Amino acid sequence: MSAFFELSGVTKNFGGVRAVDNMTFAIEKGELAGLMGPNGAGKTTIFNLVTGVYGVDCGTITFKGEDLARFKTYGIVHKGISRTFQNLRLFQRSSVVENVMTAAQHGIPYTFAEGMTHLGRWRRKEKEIKAKSMELLERVGLADRANQAAGTLPYGHQRRLEIARALALDPELLLLDEPAAGMNAEEVISLNALIRDLHRDFELTILVIEHHMDLIMEICPHIVCMNFGAKIAEGTPDEIQGHPEVLKAYLGEEEEE
Amino acid sequence: MSGYAEGIVVLLCINAIAAMGVSLLTGFTGIFSLGHAAYMALGAYTTAILTVQHGVHFLPAIMLGACVAVAVAFFIGIPTLKLMGDYYAIASIGLGEAIRLILENWQSVTRGARGYPGIDNYTTLPVALAFVVIMGIFMFNLINSRFGRACKACRDDHVAASLLGFNTARIRVASLMISAFYCGVAGALLGGFLSFIQPVMFDMMKSTELTAVVVFGGLGSMSGCLLGTAVITLVTELFRPISQFRMLIYGAVLVIIMVLRPEGIMGNRELLSWIKDPFGRRSK
Repeated sequence: MSAFFELSGVTKNFGGVRAVDNMTFAIEKGELAGLMGPNGAGKTTIFNLVTGVYGVDCGTITFKGEDLARFKTYGIVHKGISRTFQNLRLFQRSSVVENVMTAAQHGIPYTFAEGMTHLGRWRRKEKEIKAKSMELLERVGLADRANQAAGTLPYGHQRRLEIARALALDPELLLLDEPAAGMNAEEVISLNALIRDLHRDFELTILVIEHHMDLIMEICPHIVCMNFGAKIAEGTPDEIQGHPEVLKAYLGEEEEE
Repeated sequence: MSGYAEGIVVLLCINAIAAMGVSLLTGFTGIFSLGHAAYMALGAYTTAILTVQHGVHFLPAIMLGACVAVAVAFFIGIPTLKLMGDYYAIASIGLGEAIRLILENWQSVTRGARGYPGIDNYTTLPVALAFVVIMGIFMFNLINSRFGRACKACRDDHVAASLLGFNTARIRVASLMISAFYCGVAGALLGGFLSFIQPVMFDMMKSTELTAVVVFGGLGSMSGCLLGTAVITLVTELFRPISQFRMLIYGAVLVIIMVLRPEGIMGNRELLSWIKDPFGRRSK
């Protein structure tokens, strides 16, 4: 029986640079896992490989027993994996609620002809799409800003909007790429609570990328640590904290006499 | 209404239909085209040949003409729209010129550069109005549906769009095909209005005019492109008496608008939301 989500021997080269080197780890259904490592360790590249933005050079990524290499980017989404972006990719000019509706519309379909004529199920389904989107905005605390253009939101709120938009795709596995980047300490605390709540309430499996050790240590019982594209440690926060390789990656090596 | 005024209204309707098509593609899906006159030409010639030589009623003929434009759009769209960037814009220049040259040189079918005369005057005012109203309603509905949101997602960020589960290539091709349908109908109506068509009417200039009108009205605003069409059509008509300066004034109007409102007349907002909230306070 293979794991819910598994990378085995995944390697990716960009020219002469090995961005991801023989990466292997597995996540079980319902886990809240963390992927950490210093800047440039290849964390985001792993997300890009999983979601099909790049193709893998070697190795396989499987999700619910299926090899993801067979699917295009949009197909992987419909398999149940959605993600947020480290450098936000919102539809800036569209309103906050429209951003979420763009994702939510997949689960609530109506035909092209119904959209063109606004007859049939159009009104009912559009209402459902909007209601679902508002509900998600409520969850992340942005309901009062629904009609504002997404680009005018403060940075921390844009991050929350990205999470709402990713959730609107009804994922089973949610990939969060540095959700706390650019947030102040207070915002990070409420974000931590949000991620925990979402994990529990939506019965999600979540993989979080972070380079801040404290955030990831606090919320993730299962942590994979990488540096220079390769895995250097895996385990619980306590195991990671004391791991010599991790300390070396974060604090540098002690100079020998 | 005098015959002249009626003519201007019909022309306005025809231009509005074509502009809506280009607006969907350029304003809402973010794909620039410099050859949309080709789809108008395909619609116009197909309809002309069907009505004149085969005695087909003009309504099915217009639909068939538009379908020919859609088919060509499909075949040109598949290879070029899978790629991101401006590949389609380049290909569309080639398409526009190729179609025009084929029409000029395929004497036995199109009667060549001298043009195709004797088309029935089927584009009367009621016909033109009916077409623009029905197609307008469909277009406004479409952009306010899931398809419209998908187009805008592809326009604003195609990587995010595909990671939100949209097959961006398919949406771009679909948008081009709908846009070609609108331009095909507009071309067919133009033939029925002038009762004479000529390849030179569908040259590069016509194509750039179509795109200019949409940019002028505001990318991402369907009512803006209608407003742009009205302004450009009326400006070119009003100054017909001093016809040698007509293009000069047309150019000046474009420059003035682009200097004063670089985002186009309407920006990306619709007329209705602008009337309710003229300074955009609510969206700030």
